[in-house]
Amino acid sequence: MSKPHGGKLINRLVKKESSDLEELPKLEINTDLSEDVINISNGVFSPLEGFLYDNDLESVIKEKRLADDTPWTIPILLDFDKQDLKEVKEGDTILLTNKKNGLLAQLNIDEIYTYDKKSLAQAIYRTKDTDHPGVANVHNMKQLLIGGKITLLDSKIRQFDNYNLSPRETRFLFKEKGWREIVAFQTRNPPHIGHEYVQKTALTFVDGILINPIIGRKKVGDFKDEVILSSYEALMKHYYLKERAVMSILRTSMKYAGPREAIHHAIMRKNFGCTHFIVGRDHAGVGNYYGPYDAHEIFSEFPDLGIIPVFFRSFSRCTKCDSVVNDKICPHDQKYHINFSGKKIRELLTNGEIPSEDMMRKEVAETILKFDKPFVE
Amino acid sequence: MTEEKEGKKYTTISIPTPLAEKIKKRIEGTGFNSLSSYVTYVLREVISGIEEESEEAFSKEDEEKVKDRLRALGYLD
Repeated sequence: MSKPHGGKLINRLVKKESSDLEELPKLEINTDLSEDVINISNGVFSPLEGFLYDNDLESVIKEKRLADDTPWTIPILLDFDKQDLKEVKEGDTILLTNKKNGLLAQLNIDEIYTYDKKSLAQAIYRTKDTDHPGVANVHNMKQLLIGGKITLLDSKIRQFDNYNLSPRETRFLFKEKGWREIVAFQTRNPPHIGHEYVQKTALTFVDGILINPIIGRKKVGDFKDEVILSSYEALMKHYYLKERAVMSILRTSMKYAGPREAIHHAIMRKNFGCTHFIVGRDHAGVGNYYGPYDAHEIFSEFPDLGIIPVFFRSFSRCTKCDSVVNDKICPHDQKYHINFSGKKIRELLTNGEIPSEDMMRKEVAETILKFDKPFVE
Repeated sequence: MTEEKEGKKYTTISIPTPLAEKIKKRIEGTGFNSLSSYVTYVLREVISGIEEESEEAFSKEDEEKVKDRLRALGYLD
């Protein structure tokens, strides 16, 4: 099993009486930031113990590493405006609250600092184009940042918690199952045959697979979270060995930062205990901002990452081979290749039609079609 | 000696000249643009392999709690 990133699995959950804290100033944060708080607290973002300090942010931007040289590519930042927190200064303690969760965490304000949105966006997303959703998010951020350690005070029970394991729990589970090498597969879609081929190819060489869907804010037209989970339940029930595959969710927002985000995704899976991480074509990409294999190449910059990337190129069904292939294993012309088109599968499902079994397992398609409205509206 | 280079602190380490020459030859035509970047890469790789893990052990009580939850959720029999 992988060591936690930075050598220590962070645990910053403390039960405190909320009455002790009533006098503290409060800062309301959005859902994405709340997920960051929880991910810091339960160790998904180990070795972070809080929101980045100025020197860490500078180092992440320039070196893709924290100030202590630990690989880290996506800054975890807490932004605020002066009017949100009047008369608060460095050294103070505040409470982070969320509309849905109420009181969430205690934050020690170690630093308050400014930052440059344009250079942040350029470094992380390799573009200043505000059509890029990540860049647009940076431009919508508030003017100041807080660096400081957080302590989670409360984490309410939420939908899909039956599939929500912390890194401590996944590590315990892998140990109980006797898995030493574990490959992680990230997904945002129900599985088609191509996904199954990638997962099973990787699984062949290790002890177990963690199927790890990202749950959270989605775009209109995306499959709903419950559809993704149910479709994987159907696939795993019929086509995977229970002793070789588990599914657990990851609650975090997509940044669409392409190669940098691929490293971030790998680090989170390392903290879950995984030793290998599947990286596909255009991982965490959006539009044409990144080359199709930029997210593969960036891994060569991190000999000390501590998780092994498993690279997959695009794959398709070859009618000559009569199997799923990629460009490294199939000699036949493109005319024999049928691509696993997410768009086509979506169109068929939207019309209530079951895609061919060459594309998607019948049990998966039927599960999706049981939902009246499988897509985010 | 420590110097500030593009906002990041760097330090000078001495290695034998013949070794440095060998490395320079070895990195020709690779993605490494300097002796320093190659040595940094190799040292990061070496150090990450020998770093100690300081994971907290589960207490018996915590272990039982985790086991119970994993059983209740169907992850463990």
